[in-house]
Amino acid sequence: MSKILVFTEFQATASAGSGALKRSSQELLQFAAKTGRPVVALALGTTAAGAVAQLAPHGAAEVMLCKDSAYDLHNPELFSIAVAEAIEKSGATLVLASTSSAGKDLFPRVAAKIGAGIISDGTEITLVGEDVKIKKPLYSGKCFATASFENTKVKIVLMRANQLPVAAGDTTKTAVISEVAFTKPSLKTLITAVVKGTSEKLDLTEANIIVSGGRGLKEAANFKMIEELASALGATVGASRAVVDAGWVGHSLQVGQTGKTVAPTLYIAVGISGAIQHLAGMSGSKVIVAINNDANAPIFQKATYGIVGDAFEIVPKLTEEFKKLLNH
Amino acid sequence: MKIFVCLKQVPDSETKIKLLPDQSGIDGAGIKWVMNPYDEHAVEESIKFREKNPGAQVWAISLGPKSRAVESLRTALAMGADEAIIINSTENLDAYLTAKALAHVIATEGPAHLVFTGKLSIDANQSSVPQMIAEFLSIPHTSVVSKFEYTPESSSVERDTEGGAKEIVQMINPALVAANKGLNMPRYASLPGIMKAKKKVIKEIEFSSLGITATEQKVRYFGYLLPPEKPAAKLLAGDASSQVAQLISCLRDEAKVI
Repeated sequence: MSKILVFTEFQATASAGSGALKRSSQELLQFAAKTGRPVVALALGTTAAGAVAQLAPHGAAEVMLCKDSAYDLHNPELFSIAVAEAIEKSGATLVLASTSSAGKDLFPRVAAKIGAGIISDGTEITLVGEDVKIKKPLYSGKCFATASFENTKVKIVLMRANQLPVAAGDTTKTAVISEVAFTKPSLKTLITAVVKGTSEKLDLTEANIIVSGGRGLKEAANFKMIEELASALGATVGASRAVVDAGWVGHSLQVGQTGKTVAPTLYIAVGISGAIQHLAGMSGSKVIVAINNDANAPIFQKATYGIVGDAFEIVPKLTEEFKKLLNH
Repeated sequence: MKIFVCLKQVPDSETKIKLLPDQSGIDGAGIKWVMNPYDEHAVEESIKFREKNPGAQVWAISLGPKSRAVESLRTALAMGADEAIIINSTENLDAYLTAKALAHVIATEGPAHLVFTGKLSIDANQSSVPQMIAEFLSIPHTSVVSKFEYTPESSSVERDTEGGAKEIVQMINPALVAANKGLNMPRYASLPGIMKAKKKVIKEIEFSSLGITATEQKVRYFGYLLPPEKPAAKLLAGDASSQVAQLISCLRDEAKVI
């Protein structure tokens, strides 16, 4: 059976040259391993090189490792060449990556380069032989459809994070690691700097817990309440379009159809009435808590648990309780 | 010097989606179609560019069923675009064919000095077409762009990545820029602009005339479903302290998420 190539991503850790394999990559490796097909992990850059031992426990039988520091910063022009060559070299017919910032940017370019089909933002994947079917949300979750491939030898699938189960890795497993190099032409794209974000937390699209605030908070200064609750829970902060448009927080925090589509395990919506475009962006969350003083707010139709009440009274209490519960 | 800006008509984000009875797609009846919100930022940036660089011409281009897609082209013309092209296709083309057709027409009508697009369209959420156009045109691209600066040789942009981080990128022109929301504030069309746009002749190209066969389609969608109905929310009654206590117990013991 033909190989599956998994594009792996690592989170750099505090000490230089080391990193942690992202949960989204663990999901893909474990899924691929379960199919019984040979799994090749592609690992690029020095952070990946320092963490290469983490790949086999999650299911990689082979690792294509390129230690070159040229791959330390995301560059779609350079990376698309590397990925295209890795696909060719490995002979893989299925390529899995995450719908991450890098994945979304890079793989369409790879698909166009090698004439392959690409399905992005998948939430379910089914493999029967060489046949691949992907369920994905459309219109930010207002409906779903199944997507399939045709007229393509290589199938590229980008899966949304947190959709596939992850078990603890099996550290007795080993992989064949081969060091590889890819063509590096003179580039027209130059990454001159990376400016760190204000948040060290996981991005909204990968977060396991999200606390979001809306117009019910009345003014920008009150958004601090949301940050404190999120901090007590180790959650990522989100926001409704109304408060982003009002300039309380940056657009990178916006959840909804013109912001980010999220699917955490727990989504806590505070003072968010639940405009249809917001609901579209978060209805894939497993458990939804709505805190709002208007019992008729549409957010309660999507909520698992609802509290009709004053956010200014409830949220600080909730923050205190979570602190007690989680920090002992 | 030609600047191209790519547009798509999508259902308004406040629109309710209904499905066709055979689940082969969405029911277009009753849908309010609007210009993809991210494309508005692309149009704005292209017009700002022209204002600073006299001699540049902004060409708006869209692919889709003519009757629908011309609407966003008229909006772009009313905002200040100079010319507009519609590639007429009633087929459900995938990202690959869409990008191939757009790149083909941009290359034929161009050459393009810059191409602006939205970072994604809010219908299929693929974020694929911009990068594919760039690859087909053999030019660099940056997606999710919230700042754009130009010199004749290169475009300097800021790209929003994860957790509020940014990459500072320099591209040698010609280049493609896929706009994020923070890039600018799209202008409203002026009344004279709207009047002028109405009279403007939009160039029509049939997709079938491009020599790109629909057999190159690589992805197909079927089996449309509405999201499962959620059971009604469990409303937690009592005073604030009691509500908080109940919520914590539900999250810990029932839902087991904390």
